[in-house]
Amino acid sequence: MTQTVLKFENVSTAYGKVQALEDVSLEVNEGEIVTLIGANGAGKTTLLMSLCGDPQPQKGKVFYDGEEITGKPTSEIMRNGIAIVPEGRRIFSRMTVEENLNMGGFFTSKEDYDEALKYVFRLFPRLEERFDQRGGTMSGGEQQMVAIARALMSKPNLLLLDEPSLGLAPIVIQQIFEVIEQLRAQGMTIFLVEQNANQALKLADRGYVLENGKIVMHDSGDNLLVNEDVRKAYLGG
Amino acid sequence: MMRNPFVAALIPAVVFVLLALPILGIDLLNESLMLKIQAAPAADWMMIIIAAVAIFFIQLFRKPIDAGVTTFKEAVPSLNLKSYLVQPKVMRLLTIFLILALFLWPFLYESRSGLDISIKVLIYIMLGLGLNVVVGLAGLLDLGYVGFYAVGAYTYGLLNYYFGFSFWMALPIAGGMAALAGFLLGFPVLRLRGDYLAIVTLGFGEIIRILLNNLTSITGGPNGITGIDRPTLFGLEFNRKLRDGGWDTFHGFFGIEYDPIYRMIFIYLLALILVLLCIYVINRLQRMPIGRAWEALREDEIACRSLGMSRTMIKLSAFTIGATTAGFAGSFFAAYQGTISPESFVFIESAIILAIVVLGGMGSQVGVILAAIVLTVLPEVAREFSQFRMLMFGGLMVLMMIWRPQGFMPMTRPHIQLNSDKIQKETAQ
Repeated sequence: MTQTVLKFENVSTAYGKVQALEDVSLEVNEGEIVTLIGANGAGKTTLLMSLCGDPQPQKGKVFYDGEEITGKPTSEIMRNGIAIVPEGRRIFSRMTVEENLNMGGFFTSKEDYDEALKYVFRLFPRLEERFDQRGGTMSGGEQQMVAIARALMSKPNLLLLDEPSLGLAPIVIQQIFEVIEQLRAQGMTIFLVEQNANQALKLADRGYVLENGKIVMHDSGDNLLVNEDVRKAYLGG
Repeated sequence: MMRNPFVAALIPAVVFVLLALPILGIDLLNESLMLKIQAAPAADWMMIIIAAVAIFFIQLFRKPIDAGVTTFKEAVPSLNLKSYLVQPKVMRLLTIFLILALFLWPFLYESRSGLDISIKVLIYIMLGLGLNVVVGLAGLLDLGYVGFYAVGAYTYGLLNYYFGFSFWMALPIAGGMAALAGFLLGFPVLRLRGDYLAIVTLGFGEIIRILLNNLTSITGGPNGITGIDRPTLFGLEFNRKLRDGGWDTFHGFFGIEYDPIYRMIFIYLLALILVLLCIYVINRLQRMPIGRAWEALREDEIACRSLGMSRTMIKLSAFTIGATTAGFAGSFFAAYQGTISPESFVFIESAIILAIVVLGGMGSQVGVILAAIVLTVLPEVAREFSQFRMLMFGGLMVLMMIWRPQGFMPMTRPHIQLNSDKIQKETAQ
């Protein structure tokens, strides 16, 4: 039995009076790619944010590596083996690639940092070429690479990706997904939140479908891909 | 839109006349109780007309003039002066030379008014550097910065008045008190951003001032505190006569004639050392992880938090360090003036310090220093045109926004090289 890395137990989150998540339970096991798909406003990003502690869940518990992390401050949660690639990339556009990566490895030791730097350069040779370039002057795909590389700089066990394909050309999306596959091959646990259900489900071991703040379906990636309801709702036929 | 060049030139000239007539063309005379309006002397009118005509012709022939300037620029052989000056070696030499000159000039050329302005400039540089951390680096708009300055000044003033603390004993305490004030203010305002933060800090600055104004029993209210001790050199005083219980006077100890200029020079050197210290410390901080964290926070708060950085710590540290600098500047100001009153800590001071930071180029230390010099020296130089001082000030601001919206010296971020092998490889190719 593989170990559970991330676990949501009956989590509910609200923004004021608006209920964004209702009684959500899910599990991510070690070494898996688990994807969460859903339409706009289904609560996908909220789910990730609840995990990060902003906003705090109203009810329910979140466990990471068997330890409860609900109620901890965001900065503490994000320093212990979890890294997130936020929606819309959010790289530091006035800083160079190097400095962006530097911020990602803010809490790591010098040796770990150098090692992580080599690792992300192997993953994204493009970034080594663009080492001194300002983040804001790069293309969307390159910025997404910087965002992923920045998250990897802290050597996480669990990588959260929030819509990595957002606003990118199909060929670039392909590249990004290849990188995600490589990461999995190296044993990283990945929780992927996507609107691009087709791509995400092909890649994922398991998938959850979120609708109006509730998990409505849960199955293996392949099964979801051929599921009639999923096809109708998210795969366009 | 292409307009007739004649009309295009006429418009600025007419606008100038419309603006200049009420400002320059009319004199207000106090005649007993009545205010009498009178046309200005003919000479002034002539000047307005000449200026209007000049504006008209410059606008009319703008294209050929611009072309002329460009060809002139191209004709002058590029001396590469700039690239020569920015070489690290040359830079270091120049800096050392400049610092030496700053230390030595008062001994060679004794000028009371020169020293006076210099000390004022140095105080503003210190304040600008401190606010630069908060506004320029961390991106937190603080409109009540003068509050910390007041805390520093009154800490020394009160400690000296009630407990006889000397400047040197009070200096760290003043810095500490201002830091505490920054820390305490930091907590409630952490969630705020932009305009909201500006309003709250503005309120804070006013609260401090009003408090000082109304705590008459302790702070002396609007009259302030007078007779604050001046700084001493290892206990040597710069007064003509020794105070009771003092050790010795400066001129007595060295057996020279008493001259009030000694004190001015001493205070100037002290200010210079404090400023150099501030520059050094803040420059270091800027290159340290905390400095990068400030900038990252200014760039994207959410990204910062997603990387596990605590925005509380980052904002509080910026606030506290900025406040400490203001505290030092404040206690120094109190020691230099000898008297302090709430009047010195009004909102316009905050505005001027903020103007220094913005005018200099947010985040740039050299820019802040330049702007502090310009904004302090200019009003002194323009004293003769006292009526038009604010006009010149406004004009300068408008020109700046047109020509250098990023400030005198926009910040060039310190470059950190971690992978030197790779860089060398690249340059070798």
